Amino acid sequence: MTTPERPPGAQPPPTQRVVVTSPRTRAPRAPRPYPASREIDEQSDLGAVYMRSLIRTQRRLGLLLCAVVCGSVAGLPLVFALAPAVAAQRLFGLPLPWLLLGGLVFPVFVGAGWFYVRQAERGEREFAELVERS
Amino acid sequence: MSSTYGIIAVLAVAVGTMLVGAYGLRVSRTTSDFFVASRTVSPWWNASAIGGEYLSAASFVGIAGLIFAHGPDMLWFPVGYTAGYLVLLALVAAPLRRSGAYTLPDFAEARFGSAAVRAVASVLALGIGWLYLLPQLQGAGLTLHTLTGAPDWVGALLVAVVVTANVISGGMRSITFVQAFQYWLKLTAIAVPVVFLVMAWQAHGARDLTGPELPVFPRDTTVSFDTDTSVHVDRPVVFHGAGAVDGLRVNGARVLEEGDHAIAAGSRLVFPEGAAVPRMSSIPFNTNETWALPTRDGEGFPLYAVYSLIIATFLGTMGLPHVIVRFYTNPNGRAARRTTLIVLAMLGVFYLMPPIYGALGRLYVPELLMTGDTDAVVLVLPGRVVDGLGGQLLGALVAGGAFAAFLSTSSGLMVSLAGVLSRDVLRQRDVRGFRVSTVLAVLVPLGMTWLVGKVPVADMVGLAFAVAASSLCPLLVLGIWSTRVSTVGAVAGMLAGGVPALVAGLVTISAGGGNVFLARPAAWTVPLGFVVMYVVSLMTPRKVPPGVNHVMVRLHAPENLGLRSQDRL
Repeated sequence: MTTPERPPGAQPPPTQRVVVTSPRTRAPRAPRPYPASREIDEQSDLGAVYMRSLIRTQRRLGLLLCAVVCGSVAGLPLVFALAPAVAAQRLFGLPLPWLLLGGLVFPVFVGAGWFYVRQAERGEREFAELVERS
Repeated sequence: MSSTYGIIAVLAVAVGTMLVGAYGLRVSRTTSDFFVASRTVSPWWNASAIGGEYLSAASFVGIAGLIFAHGPDMLWFPVGYTAGYLVLLALVAAPLRRSGAYTLPDFAEARFGSAAVRAVASVLALGIGWLYLLPQLQGAGLTLHTLTGAPDWVGALLVAVVVTANVISGGMRSITFVQAFQYWLKLTAIAVPVVFLVMAWQAHGARDLTGPELPVFPRDTTVSFDTDTSVHVDRPVVFHGAGAVDGLRVNGARVLEEGDHAIAAGSRLVFPEGAAVPRMSSIPFNTNETWALPTRDGEGFPLYAVYSLIIATFLGTMGLPHVIVRFYTNPNGRAARRTTLIVLAMLGVFYLMPPIYGALGRLYVPELLMTGDTDAVVLVLPGRVVDGLGGQLLGALVAGGAFAAFLSTSSGLMVSLAGVLSRDVLRQRDVRGFRVSTVLAVLVPLGMTWLVGKVPVADMVGLAFAVAASSLCPLLVLGIWSTRVSTVGAVAGMLAGGVPALVAGLVTISAGGGNVFLARPAAWTVPLGFVVMYVVSLMTPRKVPPGVNHVMVRLHAPENLGLRSQDRL
């Protein structure tokens, strides 16, 4: 619902009566002639479109996650090799390579995994809603 | 170290494993129980089981030994083993479970509907499994040898017998209990001693681990040599003892000058406190300071090798047959993802420990640099750092944990190998076929331990990862995410990646070293496998399996939609 523009400071318009309609939930809803799940099952063009969109979303998510997390971790040897001064740094009394590779990468992996599971399940939920709603 | 407690611990683990397995037997009845535990394993159980199975000899003793000898470059092993699960989670976990297959060849058939693809996948799965099983048996031999001085084959045989008995009696259901139990056992066995080790190190004055000097003997140390050893002396050292050095019999005090020396098997030499430790010739020269830094390009372990290792471990995990088979035991794709996430956390916690052993080993057991038994650092360290009975008990705990590592990884490999053998080679899909296959699955690597000599555990495991990453990883990733892969492309890609990786690895191992491009082939064989699979597929569009869209629905659609395409076994 959009609110009409009104000048700042103006009085709010008087409350209006709005008619709210809803389907009579008791009565059986007219079944759609072709639910999307059936389109998918029967390999129709429409079903293929549904599936392609799901696969594309999930593939993009998975590849993006791998590229970002594994890519940045895999960049470390290059950094250590090109800038030995970085490798010689110490943090909390530990040499930086030890701290990063021996400890900090693991929480990063778990966090990335948690993020992925959340996003992947959300993608599937949205897909399920799309299919069931139609 | 006292061997009595260690032997008791190893026997306790062996017996405990049998008991837990026997408990599993009582609930294991059907064929489905045998192969995939009837798919009723909850994420926590399954994650513990995967962790238990995955943390092998290489993880429990190998990583600490490598770090001890070579420094932080070796941290890429645990990082890669863990990152492999992240890649698995993001690209493979849920679709693999939804494919509804029992073994990797089953996946190949479900996806491609082709006997040829299935056959190639079976051969690769068997080969990779055996490559991985061999070092487990050898590692068990090493552990028992370190503990008791028993010949190497005793440990290998003990592991083989316990595991075979367990797998034959209970199959996957029983193994799931055993593996889950063994993850927690291993974590306890490696983490509890760490607390005492660090406390003892603090109490000894927290000596600097990264000072500019060479490792020195912390006390007068007797070093026994089991094999002929070539050592390099960086600072002249006076020793006494009995044995043969450079072909001359020694009895009494002598000076070892700077340079290379050959020490004969059976020598027992005593080195004084504070002397710089000679190193085995194959271990590079490092003061504690240079050891603690990542090596730069061109020195011993060049950047290419690091990247090859990263590629092999990041992508190879998903191709290991015993890892894959675990996903089929999840009830659905969603549970498969959650399981993998828990596994990531469990591996992360475990892998915090081995570097601590490796680093403290430089201070307390540097003589292992001289004998080359670097894999023993985890086993020997607790008894050396903590005095008295406490140290002995901690040593026993670690020994038990190491043995659990061999048992659990071997069990997992045996289940997956027996699954492939019984379904693809013997073609008997019942419980009897599974049992016969189990015996076959263990006899091959057991025979190989006698045939091949001593190959470093990490090298064999590395080879298995490289082959898996170059052959089965492209099959899984492209098979799951691309509809264009044809049967011809799948076979061509698996062979184009897997065969060069295997040949390069075997050549390196039989030659005992060599060119880094052959020793660590993953950096070129993995892209080769992917490119060949995709390009050949694009060239043979008519060989794309006809029902590919149907299969894609099964792999990717969430189960709760109630699609008929997903109805399965």
